[in-house]
Amino acid sequence: MYLADSRSAKPAHAPGSSPGRGPRPPGPPPGRRTPAVPGTVVALGAVSLITDISSEMVTAVLPLYVVATLGLSPLGFGLLDGINNGVGAIVRLAGGHLADRGGRRHKMVAAAGYGLSALCKPLLLLAHSLPLIGAVLAVDRTGKGLRTSPRDAMISLATRPEHRGRAFGVHRAMDTTGALIGPLAAFAVLRFAGGPVSAESGERSGYGAVFAVSGCVAALGVLVLVLFVPPRIARPADDGAEDVAQRSDRGAQPPPGLRDSLALLRRPQLRRLTVCAVLLGLTTVSDSFLYLLLQRELHLSTALFPLLPLGTAATFLLLAVPLGALADRIGRRRLFLAGHGVLLLGYVLILSPVRGAPLLPVVLLLHGTFYAATDGVLAAATANAVPDGRQGAGQALVGTGQALARFACSLAFGAAWSLWGGRTALAVTAAALAVAAVAATAVLRTTDDPPGEDRTAHGRPTDERPTDDRPTDERPTDDLEQPA
Amino acid sequence: MTRTTRLVILLVAVLLLGATGTGAVLYAADRADRRGQEQAGGPPVHTGTVALRPAAGGRQLLVRNLAWGPHRDELATVPADRPDGPRTVSGVKCLRFHASAGTGICLQAEHGALEDTYRAVVLDADLHELRHFPASGIPTRARVSPSGHLAAWTVFVSGDSYAGTDFSTRTAIVDTRSWALEDNLESFAVVKDGKPYQAGDVNIWGVTFADDDRFYATLATGGRTYLVQGDLAARTLTTLHQNVECPSLSPDGTRIAYKKRVAGASPDAPWRLYVLDLATMTETATAEQRNIDDQALWSDASTLLYALPGDYGSDLWTVPADGTGAAVRLMTSAVAPAYLG
Repeated sequence: MYLADSRSAKPAHAPGSSPGRGPRPPGPPPGRRTPAVPGTVVALGAVSLITDISSEMVTAVLPLYVVATLGLSPLGFGLLDGINNGVGAIVRLAGGHLADRGGRRHKMVAAAGYGLSALCKPLLLLAHSLPLIGAVLAVDRTGKGLRTSPRDAMISLATRPEHRGRAFGVHRAMDTTGALIGPLAAFAVLRFAGGPVSAESGERSGYGAVFAVSGCVAALGVLVLVLFVPPRIARPADDGAEDVAQRSDRGAQPPPGLRDSLALLRRPQLRRLTVCAVLLGLTTVSDSFLYLLLQRELHLSTALFPLLPLGTAATFLLLAVPLGALADRIGRRRLFLAGHGVLLLGYVLILSPVRGAPLLPVVLLLHGTFYAATDGVLAAATANAVPDGRQGAGQALVGTGQALARFACSLAFGAAWSLWGGRTALAVTAAALAVAAVAATAVLRTTDDPPGEDRTAHGRPTDERPTDDRPTDERPTDDLEQPA
Repeated sequence: MTRTTRLVILLVAVLLLGATGTGAVLYAADRADRRGQEQAGGPPVHTGTVALRPAAGGRQLLVRNLAWGPHRDELATVPADRPDGPRTVSGVKCLRFHASAGTGICLQAEHGALEDTYRAVVLDADLHELRHFPASGIPTRARVSPSGHLAAWTVFVSGDSYAGTDFSTRTAIVDTRSWALEDNLESFAVVKDGKPYQAGDVNIWGVTFADDDRFYATLATGGRTYLVQGDLAARTLTTLHQNVECPSLSPDGTRIAYKKRVAGASPDAPWRLYVLDLATMTETATAEQRNIDDQALWSDASTLLYALPGDYGSDLWTVPADGTGAAVRLMTSAVAPAYLG
């Protein structure tokens, strides 16, 4: 059914299929599965995996380094986070916008972002004070902001629309794998370099080794990007592997201006998606608050506390691909909404009088499932709501909207906690999430990408005016109603 | 570029980067090895019996020995009147330590296969383990009550999120008579400026005991720090004074030595050593002008002892508590002091 869907969608909507070529002559023979995850996506996943090993190595030892080696008290260090979040949002928008301004820009902007972060690792060797370390981390985060949208845009461009959920799932799973390996790698380096403990007070070389190795790993990530991610993204199964970027260049339009990128929000489909991502983001409690609440409500021992993020990450890692593929089948928006339903269930469980040993793993399982059902899935849904030429800006708009909304929720949640206590704050957030989910369902039900969807962005040449797709968008298709 | 070319470039790069990384690790390992060899001109160190009892030879100062050599990081004693003298090392390694009335609290690292974990170990007078408790982060402060009945410790924990810069603390108190454990003082009811107070960002650290029920500590919330008085039985924390970190109660229970964040100091070195009179709430700056990041110890009714960064990690310094005099270095290569007797 899955194959039938993807093929049947193809001839009717394939953008570049010129009449002389037939439906898809160079494609795989009928009945054989086309590779759902193109090489470019695997390459980008590898880059993310390697880069995450590098950055999580640093994250894992940074507190130890700051406290034990530099002898600094890191409290209040988190104050920088607010500023960084704001700067990060602007950089992310800029990254997405710049990436859309011509053929090779996606790769160039992404490489600049990865490169900037890689440069920060050896710089940590030289930063011996909290303000300097904070500055290096801010630059590191700038690099992350810069690369996120072009990377997601490349994943979108490289993948046929009906496979994007799975492609993003593969990418997110690889990314999370790197994040899980990083801390282990860091402690292995510290072990070989003489142990973290004897490195206390005055002796920095063990941490120097971690930063140096992390820098080497990051450089390798940049190199994999440069070597194995094509400068012009081709969609392999896209009849004749025509170059997507070239196609958009061919329109001989000037590169999109800043206003054009913001005008993307005039596209009803993207606007709805952004509104929903923001709405739901505003009611998503940050991980740190959630773990803190779990600890208080379930009276967890402090020794268990560091393991909580691992539970979420492991679930995310295991479910990212299957849920991404499921999103391709039943609709990304539907799964995105369902993911928030799962999160709501987690909140309700924490608030309910139900207690007992299985509660903690169940809540973490729900939390990880929420990420697996929403993170890459939102990117895939975004990809299908914007034309190829605007993938970077589209990803940036939705992603930044969601990130800023979550940050606002963190601030509000902290204030609510002070006013009413953590439990009431969660109850209020859960109620707000329920309302937001209902509202988001209402907003999204007017349009969605049905199975094998290839109609919106890719159903037409990408160089056309952004507002021209209104008829497509207003089409009364609704996979919330139709069974897949 | 052909696929083969790219693979060759990748292979060469992996070899080069691998060599660089290996070089960095080997260099660090070499440096670590050198710390295991005795430094020339360092304090004489010999192994012996260390016990948490008043010794026949007079008052003893117990520290974590940082002098290079095979006994680095071990608990060591020196005669209190001859801190530069030979050190007697115990074979027990602690990152942070404190002792009183024959009870010791030792925060140590456990080297696991994948990563290091930490634990708080309660020691008897012969440095034998009585109980241990898992600690969820990097040890920073440790204290035992004057009676030896209660032990407190603080560790730093941090999130695992990307570039996570949000640190927080966990402070626990255990009663060594019943082994009742208060795992996280953040669960105590907070009374701030006379009113009940709750917030998600509350952090507690640096306990100092008055007796077996009452203690003082630092509470941080909303970007400010407070001196709080804690009541273990009632499970309450009440704010007394602002801008106080790492309090240390004087032996007579009337004054608190602490780190104060001073205006105009560099954000990198914000703290100075102050003394607060609890009856009048007047603050007195000590003669120590440098940045202090330690929970000071009262070596007697009028003198403070604290650690400052030194050539081999840290050195111990003293200064009068009344704002007179000048800071004097007491001993090198040592941290986490406690007086026996």
